[in-house]
Amino acid sequence: MRLDVVLRVATKFMLAPLLLFALYVQFHGDYGPGGGFQAGVIAAAAIILYGLINGLGPVQRIVPVGLLEVLIPGGVLIYVAVGLASMLLGDNFLDYNHLAHDRIHGQEWGVFLVEVGVFLTVFSTMIAIYYAFAGRRRS
Amino acid sequence: MIATHLPVLLILAPLLGAILAALSRNGVAAWLIGLVASALTAAVAFALLWRVQAEGVISYRIGGWAPELGIEYRVDAVNAFIVVLVGIVAVLTMIFARRSVLAEIIPERVASFYTMMLLCIAGLLGIAVTGDAFNAFVFLEISSLSTYTLIALGRDRRALVAAYQYLIVGTIGATFYVIGVGLIYLVTGTLNLGLIVERLASLQSSRGLIVAEAFIVIGIGLKLALFPLHAWLPNAYAYAPSSAAVLLASTATKVAIYLLARFLFTVFGGHIDVGSIAFGSLLIGLSLAAMFLASAAAVVQNDIKRLLAFSSVGQIGYITLGLALANPTGITGGLLHLFNHALMKGAAFMAMGAIVLRTGTAKLDELAGIGRVMPWTAAALTIAGLGLIGVPGTSGFVSKYYLILGALEAGHGWLAILIVASSFIAVLYVGRIVEVVWFREPAAAAREASEAPLEMLLPMWGLAGVTIWFGVHAEWPAGLASAAADTLLRMVP
Repeated sequence: MRLDVVLRVATKFMLAPLLLFALYVQFHGDYGPGGGFQAGVIAAAAIILYGLINGLGPVQRIVPVGLLEVLIPGGVLIYVAVGLASMLLGDNFLDYNHLAHDRIHGQEWGVFLVEVGVFLTVFSTMIAIYYAFAGRRRS
Repeated sequence: MIATHLPVLLILAPLLGAILAALSRNGVAAWLIGLVASALTAAVAFALLWRVQAEGVISYRIGGWAPELGIEYRVDAVNAFIVVLVGIVAVLTMIFARRSVLAEIIPERVASFYTMMLLCIAGLLGIAVTGDAFNAFVFLEISSLSTYTLIALGRDRRALVAAYQYLIVGTIGATFYVIGVGLIYLVTGTLNLGLIVERLASLQSSRGLIVAEAFIVIGIGLKLALFPLHAWLPNAYAYAPSSAAVLLASTATKVAIYLLARFLFTVFGGHIDVGSIAFGSLLIGLSLAAMFLASAAAVVQNDIKRLLAFSSVGQIGYITLGLALANPTGITGGLLHLFNHALMKGAAFMAMGAIVLRTGTAKLDELAGIGRVMPWTAAALTIAGLGLIGVPGTSGFVSKYYLILGALEAGHGWLAILIVASSFIAVLYVGRIVEVVWFREPAAAAREASEAPLEMLLPMWGLAGVTIWFGVHAEWPAGLASAAADTLLRMVP
């Protein structure tokens, strides 16, 4: 891939906007289409693009397999932890009303945190699937 | 505070356990987490049962949203019964699993194995407690996806093919189910089972509902291995790791049967126009086919795990027959057989897991005389087999007795005769196992084997013991089943 200057330069230009767009979709999920799932896929696409151009070794230096194995359950853990927090505050599971000083902010915070968990799990699962396929040797 | 949150704690215990097991990335820690999580799950399940018996239906609103908008968990006599069954099996399987997993799963995958077991348990319990048709689909997918992984972790390469086959079939089943749920949503505007039943009364046309019934029955039928839709099951059970086979054989199809019963009696049974298209008579035919053909297929198997799997398809026929009879005694018999069959099949698959651990084979002809070196294991297998036949003194007899009573009550004397007749096929396949295991000269595999370790014998004999105990003192499970049958027939979800 060393000779593909066009691809490498073009990729370099695209990576930052891709990640920025992922964050936009993540935070815009409260007001319009978007959210953790879509943002996770877009961010994972950026990493996978980097992997396609530079190979499996370099991309695994950026996002190591060990990190993925923590992030996949970690995202679900954030989701469950938000639910447990609302139970400890005296509400039902995933009832966000008392997470902040008033109901509206509580709901906003609750959804925001759950979406962060969704983002992490989707992001890392997508990359893990890519690694699993890319890491297969021809037998 | 804990008491009000019981329905959701039931899901959270295995779910949180699964997350921690995955994060631990250590086989021993994952097993301990699995054991604690499943013990907590079983405790919550019993607490739920007691609360339901004392106070009636428990409703829990996820996120505090009303059932019209959000997801409601609703526990009544029917799902409390199922939840207790899954809880018991889950904790016994976890105790049993440790040794068998050490022998069958490669070390770096052990933690993932327990993660998947716990996710599967969480999914199955979720299907059981939720009162929301779409949420049931989500949990169905959670349990199914983890099941595919569990099967694929089997040490035989054919496990991959079995898992792939089940993945395709299971996905078709789940898709059919969700299409059916979509149609119900179209005609009623709600996904809550209770609200669906309320709104059906004011329905203009029942066409959408009939199509929905077809989709949902076929979709769930694939999941519960209803007779012609059972092709995925024998390979899945035979090639899955032993402890996964125990969990699947005793819980996965049973929870799917629960879901079918819930839809048949509450959603579809509640509307007069749909009542006349009588799915019941079709179900009787399919159940009979399962009882005879699948049992006959079991007779000619050489792999004991496959034999038990075909026997499962046959025994599922008895359960669906009980549901199809649609009278209190018949449904009690069906649900009681669901409960009893789960416990005895669990014991049988645990015995096979122990035999595979000690001899490395499940082939009938290689296991000649194994009863002489593994008497306790072979005895548990034999008791489970007697239960499958329905010999008096085992729990299988009690549930078949209820089924026969139910058939007579419904005015189908011929069905009662066929129930007895099909039990003779079970005599054949259980007889083959008993003959080879006890009466033949020990083969090479048997001479080198030794008795299973105590930590496997204890859960195995726990299940074999209750197979006898509930055959003599059937009041507790029969009472639960009959309360569940009454709830189903009152057509209130």
